[in-house]
Amino acid sequence: MSEELLQKMAQSIIDGDSDVSVQLAQEAIAIGMDPLKAITDGFVVGVNKVGDAFAAGDAFLPELVMAGEAMKAAVATLEPELLKKGSERKTLGKVVMATVEGDIHEIGKSLVSTMLGASGFTVVDMGVDNPSDKIIEKALEIDADIIGLSALLTTTMIRQKEVIEKLDARGLRKKIKVMVGGAPVTREWVQKIEADGYSEDAIGAVAVAKQLMGAE
Amino acid sequence: MTKNIKSITNPKLKLEILTPAEVKKIHNATLHIIENVGVRFPSKRALEIWAANGADVNYDKKVVKVKPHIIEEAIKKAPPVYPLAARDPQQDLPLDGNHVYAGTDGCGVEVIDIQTGVRRMSKLDDVRDIARIADATEEVAFHWVPVSAQDKPAETRGLHEIKTIWENSTKHVQTESIYNEREAKAAIEMAALIVGGKENLRKRPVLSLMQCTAPPLGHDGGSIDAALLAAEVGLPTGFMTMAACLTTGPATLAGNLAVGNAEVLAGTALLQLAFPGAPVFYAAAQTASDLRNGAYTGGGPEDFLFGAATNVLSDYYNIPLSMGSFATGAKEPNWQAGIENSLSTFMASIVMSDMLLGLGFLHGSRIWSFAEMMMDAEIFSIIHKTMQGIVVDDENLALDTIANVGPGGNFLAQRHTKNHMREIFLPQFMDRRPYNVWEEKKDDARDWALAKARRILAEHQPDPLDPKISAEMAKIIAANEK
Repeated sequence: MSEELLQKMAQSIIDGDSDVSVQLAQEAIAIGMDPLKAITDGFVVGVNKVGDAFAAGDAFLPELVMAGEAMKAAVATLEPELLKKGSERKTLGKVVMATVEGDIHEIGKSLVSTMLGASGFTVVDMGVDNPSDKIIEKALEIDADIIGLSALLTTTMIRQKEVIEKLDARGLRKKIKVMVGGAPVTREWVQKIEADGYSEDAIGAVAVAKQLMGAE
Repeated sequence: MTKNIKSITNPKLKLEILTPAEVKKIHNATLHIIENVGVRFPSKRALEIWAANGADVNYDKKVVKVKPHIIEEAIKKAPPVYPLAARDPQQDLPLDGNHVYAGTDGCGVEVIDIQTGVRRMSKLDDVRDIARIADATEEVAFHWVPVSAQDKPAETRGLHEIKTIWENSTKHVQTESIYNEREAKAAIEMAALIVGGKENLRKRPVLSLMQCTAPPLGHDGGSIDAALLAAEVGLPTGFMTMAACLTTGPATLAGNLAVGNAEVLAGTALLQLAFPGAPVFYAAAQTASDLRNGAYTGGGPEDFLFGAATNVLSDYYNIPLSMGSFATGAKEPNWQAGIENSLSTFMASIVMSDMLLGLGFLHGSRIWSFAEMMMDAEIFSIIHKTMQGIVVDDENLALDTIANVGPGGNFLAQRHTKNHMREIFLPQFMDRRPYNVWEEKKDDARDWALAKARRILAEHQPDPLDPKISAEMAKIIAANEK
């Protein structure tokens, strides 16, 4: 019975079906299954399968994103139960994701958020047009390990530098790593502003975030 | 013939990419989207204009929903034909549906240095060098701001860029890198200096503004405010959709066209509601995101189809089109660059898109290459020649000459041959040498293209901008830096 449920959970992630994954999470709660078991032995199995298929070139980005969304929805459903039991899902790290001040572009940033979330990071996505101080305050509030900064314009890209300088001034650079991205961001820029990590795409961003956490 | 500008005109080739019924269907879908889903306009001024014209405005979400007849009647007020004026009036570009002009692409962030070959961040001197070379290159009819002047302050960067282009070229400038009200106001003042007063800009718009939409179904507030200012003084203004299948648009091509069309049409209607009769253009560079990493691709069959389909839409609305072509995703000038830039430009040209963007980039409009710029110019020339098609008349059938030569002879020494041989396309960068000659240096198009760019840069002296006007422009910029 529970084995069958776990398999269905994995399949719901593979299918990228949030409705089903939420329903299965509720079922697990109803029959008293350990929520951590549901995540680890059920939903995560599906995430890994999609991840492997993607790496092999058999699955594409939309499937990866849908799996991520279905996973997120399932975990959100199980969260109250986890809290009740006082157990916590192991996280790879806490990340604040934000598009910088003056910039309203967020597709790439949201994609990175989804990918990080699906890969086991705890992500707080602040959306667009965020002043540097607000981003830093949020990072302190959730005790973030990483800040991810997105910018699409050369004129707003300078805010990435500003956040790093402000972290520096407050002595937070060692505590909080900064990764940056966006179409105009180049390796030369990353070196110039001394960011800790950079990727041109969302898949790469997950690898960079993992690396930043491992390096600590 | 416009001075030192080559454009495609009176083409013989034709393509029906969408039937009239299909265009109507996309149009109706677009109106449905604008009426029922809405378009986001995060600008107080824009929302007030919409409200005053009977649109359903949600001030919290900054989303407007508009009845089809409001959109359709507004679009009808747009002028179908107008010129892009140049500093040199002999280089004015009539946007009349019978010309295809190519411009430089924009706005990149890196440059392969013309002398050292090293890739580095772009700066104002690059804008200058590119403008100079474009000034001397007949395939370039107008300028976009090619790369970002990242050595200038962010708040006046867009102004430094257009000043530098005007100082180094007499051709029309279309900026895509001014997207807020303050900079737009200053840019208008600068353009007015060239034509002797703001009131003359309507007749002689030496500057046009292109604003990117914020897809899906949105606009950027600063862009909208800048566009409204430009439209008010009669500078040609366009909104560009870059709706991308999978990410900012549906995976399907028709759906992606409809989403992008809704963005452009709503923005254009807003300008017409505010300033009826203001010169506007449609701008687009739709694409399909890469299936594996979601990246902007800058090429591929979907791009080619969008390139041809969009002019059918802008023709339906009777406004000119500025269409993204070229702009390969290749990392260096290679097989991929050749395919993508040739096919995208051919497809956008065969339907007579008015303006093509543009020459010079690698890696999806991010890295400027002077060699690629020159090779893109040659691609445009090849398509220019191809578009002329095959002329069939007595002179071209050459029956007398064929009889003169008879079976087994050759045509080399015929007067008819001499009369017509210069109609045959003579490439600058294609390698037609004997194999052993190639073997000596193994050089190719890339070497010759770069050498040509270097030669132009060393030798070409553009007609200078009046130093007094330059000084006045500098004052305007300085006032914006305080």
